[in-house]
Amino acid sequence: MLAQNGIPTAEDLARVRPTAERLARGPVAVAECFQNIPCDPCYHSCKRQAIKPFADINDRPQVDHDQCNGCGMCLMRCPGLAIFVIDHTYGETEALVKLPYEFLPLPNEGDVVDAVNRAGKVVGEARVEKVQSGAKLDGTSVVWLSVPKDLSMEVRHFKIREVR
Amino acid sequence: MRVTEHPILNFQKGAKVKFYYNDLELEGYEGETIAAALHANGIRTMRESIHLHRPRGLFCNIGNCSSCLMVVDGKPNVRVCVEKLRAGIRVQTQRGKGELK
Amino acid sequence: MKQTEICIVGGGPAGLTAALKAAALGAAVTLIDRNDYLGGQLIKQTHRFFGSKQQRASERGINIARELAAAVQNEERITVLTGATVLGYYKDGVITVEQNEQYLKIKPQKIIMATGGAEKSLAFPNNDLPGIYGAGAVQTLVNVYGVKPGNRVLMVGAGNIGVIVSYQLLQAGVEVAAIIEAAPAIGAYWVHASKVVRAGVPIYTGHTIKRAWGEKEVEGATIIRLDGKWQPVPGSEKDLDVDVICLSVGLSPLTELLWQAGCRMRFVPELGGHVPLRNELLETSVPGIYVAGDVSGIEEASAAMMEGALAGLNAAKALGYDAPDFAQQRDNIIKELAELRSGPVGEKIRNGLVKAGLA
Repeated sequence: MLAQNGIPTAEDLARVRPTAERLARGPVAVAECFQNIPCDPCYHSCKRQAIKPFADINDRPQVDHDQCNGCGMCLMRCPGLAIFVIDHTYGETEALVKLPYEFLPLPNEGDVVDAVNRAGKVVGEARVEKVQSGAKLDGTSVVWLSVPKDLSMEVRHFKIREVR
Repeated sequence: MRVTEHPILNFQKGAKVKFYYNDLELEGYEGETIAAALHANGIRTMRESIHLHRPRGLFCNIGNCSSCLMVVDGKPNVRVCVEKLRAGIRVQTQRGKGELK
Repeated sequence: MKQTEICIVGGGPAGLTAALKAAALGAAVTLIDRNDYLGGQLIKQTHRFFGSKQQRASERGINIARELAAAVQNEERITVLTGATVLGYYKDGVITVEQNEQYLKIKPQKIIMATGGAEKSLAFPNNDLPGIYGAGAVQTLVNVYGVKPGNRVLMVGAGNIGVIVSYQLLQAGVEVAAIIEAAPAIGAYWVHASKVVRAGVPIYTGHTIKRAWGEKEVEGATIIRLDGKWQPVPGSEKDLDVDVICLSVGLSPLTELLWQAGCRMRFVPELGGHVPLRNELLETSVPGIYVAGDVSGIEEASAAMMEGALAGLNAAKALGYDAPDFAQQRDNIIKELAELRSGPVGEKIRNGLVKAGLA
């Protein structure tokens, strides 16, 4: 349970998960924000009004996945680093997971890294496709990982493999 | 034990200076606190407790709690968590309540 | 004796916004801080803030500190005294200050106390060993001075500070063995908790520290599970190989000057300890003394900034300063502050504030 160990449950995730059809159509944001806290930058960051207006600053983001084009603006603005972009059209068998990352060293494009789930466990491997960083992102880089499609709703972090 | 790289911060350091901890010569940076310089050298014990003579270190690090009192250039009861490092200073473990000379 | 219209004690988020608002209305302000910099604890907050757009949400605390401090330095109506410690408040309304080993006396017409809070400790065997710190202390060491406290950390307390500092330790390359929390649930915002958990740090709720180990410094810790009645479960002990223990078990308001001034105080656990009673203008029972930020109840920095703005406006208004949109400015802040506290995570604060009201 999220409140006990910081790991969202399958039920939590079922409430924010885009449908299979939507995933098949292209990149889309998944807002893994499960608590009513006073916070609204995601809503203000969305240029397409895909995040429904907040009646109250304590509302949780409700992403209209049909309106969302997966641009990732909200991902870069979320103070909780809780928004991810998933793209199932990336490859035949692979999906792209874009995640916010605030650690050093940054991985290199092309690196194969350990794919890590929400519990901090390695669940497979991922390839680093792109790393967005720089002054504009103010320390929050966005790392694009390609992972097997069935892991796209699992992988939310990664570990750089130690060089031997 | 310094942070070598950081995703958000750039640490601005002053000039590298020498100072003395008890009789050991150490290095630190001007402008950082004595406590930070000691920690960077792996030293975490600042004084002895008055009655049981137990080792004491840093606790609050912002000048509230008086856990980190040391003798600096002969002056006792200096809160090294807020006192800045200067070249050549002598920092000593404080034992007892300290006396003003 | 130096005269000033408004004296503000403390240059953290509350004090800085108080100074800016009061000066914007036209008041002459003297802002005093014991550090040689402004910003208070904001200068080590590397994470992005929550809140609304108006409250600089998504900006990092360090950047907010930089902006506010620069605005204060550039405001000619504000005199800043840094490296200056307020020593006392006297019956005739005089504040005494030590700066550069000089003794100063200041006679303000209004005072805003924005002295902040101090970290609490926790009782357990060996809790005085070097290597046991307040979580905020370690945050200062790492984020202000770039120095590590040790190699492997046990964090005690899963409130926002404990979880955020754990994350910041990871960012600085320090290992965090675990975060333990005596309560049955994580107190931090869950998104913060999820960030550290996916980075490999387990959070154990319903656990406390039984003792620390070590002769001269911390060499380890024993943690133990608590049952539903907060009692340790025998046999559930676990030893952790750590050289740092961080205590993140709450803060208490730094109220010494308010006691000295004779402000009516009340013990309100929801607000962190003894707090001054205050009216809706944030004025205490001693006319002319206002409070803002953690000194009036432990809360987030965004709330401190809004309280500071309110206290600054109100103190200046009481001196006769005004602005055409004064009522609107004040109402907006009151509304935003109420919204910030309106959700489920604000319940404790709301309950506390009811008890701290001055009739």
